[in-house]
Amino acid sequence: MFRIEDLNNFQRDVLKEIGNIGAGHAATALSQLLADKINMTVPAVSILPLDQVHNLLGGPEELLVGIYMRVFGESPGKIIFLFSYQDALTLVDKLTGSKIGFTQNLGEFEESALKEISNIMTGAYLNALVRLTGFTLIPSVPAFACDMAGAIINSALLDFGVMGDHALIIETQFSITERQIRGHFFLVPDPGALEVILNALGAGPTCKE
Amino acid sequence: MQGVTLIVSMAEMKFSRAPDQLVTLGLGSCIGVCMHEPLLKIGGLAHVMLPEDSLAIDKSNKAKFANTAVPLLIEELVKMGANSERLVVKMVGGAHMFSFGKNDNSLNVGSRNQMAIENMCKKYGIHIIGKSIGGNAGKSITFDLETGNVRVRSLNANICII
Repeated sequence: MFRIEDLNNFQRDVLKEIGNIGAGHAATALSQLLADKINMTVPAVSILPLDQVHNLLGGPEELLVGIYMRVFGESPGKIIFLFSYQDALTLVDKLTGSKIGFTQNLGEFEESALKEISNIMTGAYLNALVRLTGFTLIPSVPAFACDMAGAIINSALLDFGVMGDHALIIETQFSITERQIRGHFFLVPDPGALEVILNALGAGPTCKE
Repeated sequence: MQGVTLIVSMAEMKFSRAPDQLVTLGLGSCIGVCMHEPLLKIGGLAHVMLPEDSLAIDKSNKAKFANTAVPLLIEELVKMGANSERLVVKMVGGAHMFSFGKNDNSLNVGSRNQMAIENMCKKYGIHIIGKSIGGNAGKSITFDLETGNVRVRSLNANICII
């Protein structure tokens, strides 16, 4: 099997570009949903040992909100959204048109709002990926968790168990200009899916830099 | 004498003796296996991620899998002088962090980890004397080698000691 550690720079750039296009679509969707300006960073493609993934977000015990979706189709994988607890509350306020600071905790309604945002952004992201590759990609319904960063990330990455020691993470950060909400968006292809994606884009394992 | 606190990260395993403490943070579907020898007050903590090494491409890290971590814990503690008949285990973690609905069993790595560890302990005749398993909350644990107590912390519940 093609291992993520073997990716060359050209292939990483290809993946970064996918992330860029997908995230662009997702940001547009979010912007329309919230009627606000959204900034996004250029995606970073990182290959991290599993035990270091949570360090991206401030340590294993940081309180985070995570929304997780499986992606089914030719190139299966997962999509994970992560927000700090405070940013999740602000995001709900934005979506519901409440005064910032109105939402104090995450009940069923707030959970549902956050899932819906993730759903819409995932749809936009996958749609871009589908157009590029010609694949059929279908997201699962979103699952929600609010807990320690370590527990959320590791459980999401491990759900089906089949995993190397490294995770390929295509990460984009969104921020809503005035509110400083930052969201992390991770696309994590399943181990076998990487080759499929690269092949579809003409950058398969045999391709030279 | 003040002991040292050793941090065990994901898929790691560490050993020490009283008065030290072994700590692992943010257990989700992973399981912290605390093995203790109460007489010598030595112990080991493994942060197990997956039930079996047959599930992985790279099997080199024995601490990562339930079926290889348990025998290795025993082996190392026996090397440190433990009597294998006195070894006891406490296990924490195995949560079901993400659920897609009430009858959802798809993300059950946690309970598979639990079963794998229980099977291995049974096979080697090690008693499991404490558990804090399942649920949907992440946990952090502190394993005190002096007493064998395991302090379990989660974000929405009180600290409990098993």
